[in-house]
Amino acid sequence: MLKNITLGQYYPVDSPVHRLDPRVKILLAIAMIVAVFLVKTLAGYALILLFVFLVSKLAKVPFKLLVKGLKPLRFILILTFLLNLFFTNPADSDALVSWSFIRISTAGLHQAIFFSLRLIFLVLATSLLTLTTSPIQLSDGMELLLSPLKVIHFPAHELAMMMSIALRFIPTLLEETDKIMKAQMARGADFESGNLIKRAKAMVPLLVPLFVSAFRRAGDLAMAMEARCYHGGKGRTRLRVLKLTVDDALAGMAVAALIMLIIAERTLFPGGIVIGRFSL
Amino acid sequence: MSEAYRILAEDVSYTYEESPSPVLKKVSLRVKPGEFVAVLGHNGSGKSTLAKLLNGLYIPTEGKVTVCGMDTTDEDRIWDIRRSAGMIFQNPDNQIVATVVREDVAFGLENLGVPHDEMLARIDKALAAVRMTDYAEHAPHTLSGGQKQRVAIAGILAMAPLCLIADEATAMLDPSGRAEVLGTVRRLNREEGISVIWITHFMEEAVQADRVVVISDGEIAMEGTPREIFTRVEEMRRLNLDVPQMAALAAELRAAGMPLPEGIMTVEEMTEEVCARLCPSN
Amino acid sequence: MRKAMSIELRHLSHVYAPGTAFSSVALNDISLTVHDGDFLALVGHTGCGKSTLVQHLNGLLKPTDGQVLVDGEDLNGDKVDRRKLRMRIGLVFQYPEYQLFEETVAKDIAFGPKNMGLSAEEIDSRVRWAMEKVHLNYDKLAEKSPFELSGGQMRRVAIAGVLAMQPDYLILDEPTAGLDPHGRDRILGIVKDLHEGGTTVVMVSHSMDDVAQLATRVAVLSHGTLKAEGTPREIFRQREMMAEVGLGVPAASSLCAALRARGVDLPDDLYTREELKDHLLRLWKEVSGC
Repeated sequence: MLKNITLGQYYPVDSPVHRLDPRVKILLAIAMIVAVFLVKTLAGYALILLFVFLVSKLAKVPFKLLVKGLKPLRFILILTFLLNLFFTNPADSDALVSWSFIRISTAGLHQAIFFSLRLIFLVLATSLLTLTTSPIQLSDGMELLLSPLKVIHFPAHELAMMMSIALRFIPTLLEETDKIMKAQMARGADFESGNLIKRAKAMVPLLVPLFVSAFRRAGDLAMAMEARCYHGGKGRTRLRVLKLTVDDALAGMAVAALIMLIIAERTLFPGGIVIGRFSL
Repeated sequence: MSEAYRILAEDVSYTYEESPSPVLKKVSLRVKPGEFVAVLGHNGSGKSTLAKLLNGLYIPTEGKVTVCGMDTTDEDRIWDIRRSAGMIFQNPDNQIVATVVREDVAFGLENLGVPHDEMLARIDKALAAVRMTDYAEHAPHTLSGGQKQRVAIAGILAMAPLCLIADEATAMLDPSGRAEVLGTVRRLNREEGISVIWITHFMEEAVQADRVVVISDGEIAMEGTPREIFTRVEEMRRLNLDVPQMAALAAELRAAGMPLPEGIMTVEEMTEEVCARLCPSN
Repeated sequence: MRKAMSIELRHLSHVYAPGTAFSSVALNDISLTVHDGDFLALVGHTGCGKSTLVQHLNGLLKPTDGQVLVDGEDLNGDKVDRRKLRMRIGLVFQYPEYQLFEETVAKDIAFGPKNMGLSAEEIDSRVRWAMEKVHLNYDKLAEKSPFELSGGQMRRVAIAGVLAMQPDYLILDEPTAGLDPHGRDRILGIVKDLHEGGTTVVMVSHSMDDVAQLATRVAVLSHGTLKAEGTPREIFRQREMMAEVGLGVPAASSLCAALRARGVDLPDDLYTREELKDHLLRLWKEVSGC
């Protein structure tokens, strides 16, 4: 069950998207997230979906894998949807359902759909970034983007290193989680039944060993890094030298075009394409 | 470098901060260029602590450690010391930093500030030396334990060390992984003249060393060639250690009256000695 | 009359991630029975499917094909209480000390019995019993944190945690991995005592010398298939097959083969140090004429 998280899992193939400069990819992912928030209509989201789909094709990343990354977030998604559905109730919006104290308004449904979609695309955009960018590249990119802030003692290198290590250990810890879970199940632990409190309690035999192990690994790793002469970012050189290429410029233009299209669509059809009571 | 000893530990004691008694007591160790020294000892004997003292990860509470002539208390040269005495650890997972093999091999070089072009050449050479060239672009977690350890060795090799300290580097591997890692290190020892300190509790591995040092309760309990050490079966057992199967069998046969020479460790040696006494043709 | 006890694997196959690009066959048509009173050693190269097989014995994985029958009952059948059945089959994972989580040793060992819904007295007596079985002093250690113990002790606590459920079958996945010789001998001694006390044991091991010492039966896995099965004597005389699957044979068995090749008159199926010693001494006495 935990194996499905693709967020932070590099998909190692060679593609034009993989070869892009990580700095560019980080900035473009941010731009895409901005674009997601600019969208006001379903047609706009369809546009982004198409774009994500095309990028995944170009990156040789199976679209299914991308979508699978959403699965662990399904509860948050459902919660977001339901909260917005029930608790967005402006008086000026007409009610779709009205039964005793429950009232679902058109505005509520609209908001529920749009908030959920935003969340989905937020994850898709970041997944695209992390699937096509190795963690080291990612941290290099972050570090370089943030390095001007070193002047004000912002720990750009340290943060990048922390992130890259965290990402390196995700598969290891997932494997470990699976193993501990099975070991406790062999001792009769039950992770699947009971109410919420019982289930939360059942997690203790899983979480304690997991944390103990993570701390042990952290200690080992720190020792190994020191033994390999790690002493912070000072005087460090890099295996990956980042150089901007024509492809980076093209990618930038593609995302710019996407944002333009979204803005254009927003301006041309401010109310969306209206069908019945809904606007698309 | 022309030092007589690559690693020189003199009367080294070490006490952990939170502990009342020392884990190592007046331990001395000399490792010559190209020498392969196996360190044996039961869990908690202090052998891991010793390893960490030998490249300046720990600083002795008493005594002195020098690596290629550099004192480990010399803070200005600590990176030079660690580069010269590279270390591989027990858990293959917990020493790989990067998510791609090639990038992990680069880690030490990046830390040392090696220029980019030189880095590429050194990585290729190091990966070739451990026969992992084909895996350069692989993710570490997809490799076997033995392969991971070879990547870790490549990461050390890239830094052009003069010594390699392996702290139970095969403890978590299966027999073929163990053979693959020890074989790699032995080859590097022979071909590149890298001195090796091989900490282990597999007696069959220690058989292949030039010299064996046995540590017990923080002190050196025995020292000698593998042949000398593994003949002392009873003494080894008292130290909660073992001897190779053939050494044990030889001792049992000797005790029962069969006149076998001392120092038998392998099946081949045993075959020769037994045949010399039993074979119809002789 | 009690049913004949056994765990029976019938044409068991397991495919990981079936139908995807990552799909891989871990087990292919394995039929194997663990009989009451067996000490079955499961040997094979890393990646041969041993760990997958072990998880099937405990119902932690569902077969892609085939069945696992515990005392005749299908472990994956619809009406079966899998949790209850699972508790009769104690499974000790590799590096089991990594599953410890409680504040005290006693509480950690009590986790399994507690999940079985036993009474407080019964749990307490089982904790004491299990600690004794693994040579841990109850008075000294029961109230200590498991994380303060040495590695070897932690492993024994973890094994006690499984034993406290008093399973009929005990399955151990490389119980001695990473231990020093003393710790290894201790664990093997504990397992041996348990087997002699009537527990049916299945042990995954990489050490043919350990297998030679303990097992009554050996199953050899290679690339997800059952390559051979039989008594240690039957298995360890097939030296070429064992080399082929990357395992080798006990040192005594290698020596036996090497000596026979040089014309020494020995039976071809010796595999323990003890019996080889006896034969060599017998020959020596003949040659030396006493």
